[in-house]
Amino acid sequence: MEIPQAVTGAPPRPVPVPPPPRTSQARAAFKDSAGAGLAFIPLGLAYGALVTQSGLDWWWAGLSALVAFGGSFEFLLIGLVTVCTPLASIAVAAFMVNVRHVFYALSFPLHRVTGRLGKTYSTFALCDEAFALTSGERARSWPGPRILWLQFSLHLYWAASSVAGALLGSLIPAGVTGLDFALTAMFTVLALDAVRDLRGDLPTPVIALLSAVVARLLFPEEMLPVAFALFTAALLARHFVTGRRAVRA
Amino acid sequence: MPDTRYAVAAVLVTAAVTWGLRALPFAALTPLRASGTVRFLSTRMPAGVMLILLVYCLRDVPVTHTRALAPLTALAVTVGLHLWRRNALLSILAGTAVHTLLASLVFTG
Repeated sequence: MEIPQAVTGAPPRPVPVPPPPRTSQARAAFKDSAGAGLAFIPLGLAYGALVTQSGLDWWWAGLSALVAFGGSFEFLLIGLVTVCTPLASIAVAAFMVNVRHVFYALSFPLHRVTGRLGKTYSTFALCDEAFALTSGERARSWPGPRILWLQFSLHLYWAASSVAGALLGSLIPAGVTGLDFALTAMFTVLALDAVRDLRGDLPTPVIALLSAVVARLLFPEEMLPVAFALFTAALLARHFVTGRRAVRA
Repeated sequence: MPDTRYAVAAVLVTAAVTWGLRALPFAALTPLRASGTVRFLSTRMPAGVMLILLVYCLRDVPVTHTRALAPLTALAVTVGLHLWRRNALLSILAGTAVHTLLASLVFTG
């Protein structure tokens, strides 16, 4: 029960809120994951279907979705495995595509996840969408269990739809294409929300778009790591230039 | 065709590299969270990362070809709907539906 400030006359003070019961954290997390889940399910189905079309076993779709959880590289992995690429080359390719996750440690709220097991799982299942959903303004009040449940539900959607895709792949009519746009649509929505959280900080999205376009034109094979490095370097340069100006003023 | 042991090993190698990239930076970067520079970066990182991933998704759109109209129309629908209704589920569903219809029925070349 909240007591209005005017009645008590006390200075504003953070009130300790009792943690909501576990089930409501899980329910909230499943709701948070619905948008991303909608993108994961068609993509997972497409992934599973591609696995079996490439001649790999259906269970490999489930295993890779569960163990090597990271959608964009998994699509590449199918091609690498079918031509028996050496494991060392697979490791290098995985490093290049997934090196962007290094940057996620800067703002992912791992400090709110408690326990060694929780932290282990949380870092293991730290996919792009989990990062996007938990590092934004909206997620600032989410406690550890809600973050873990969100990651778990994303992981579950991905693994289950991959297996379903592998088993049902042959049933999708041959002419139906373009479901993979769900991933693009999801990043569009997440980008719009994140840009709105910046509250009119226009240089940041401009720097990000320029970094992406420059990386695409100059280093098309390593577009993601190059774009992230350019973006980070440009942000740092901007921070130091504006910081120095502020000190001088 | 790859044998089973190799196919499983490929998954395990990928998992080890991916998890290492996700977990190790926390040990290195957590002490830096208090720094003003890291805070500056971390508040701006999510928007930038999402925009870069969005451009990455669109990297192979053939801009000189009419086929590009399917993803570009779907992108416009997604952006427009999201600015109007702010409903993530609706925006993703409508964008994907428009793209699938256009790519499967109209711009099939």
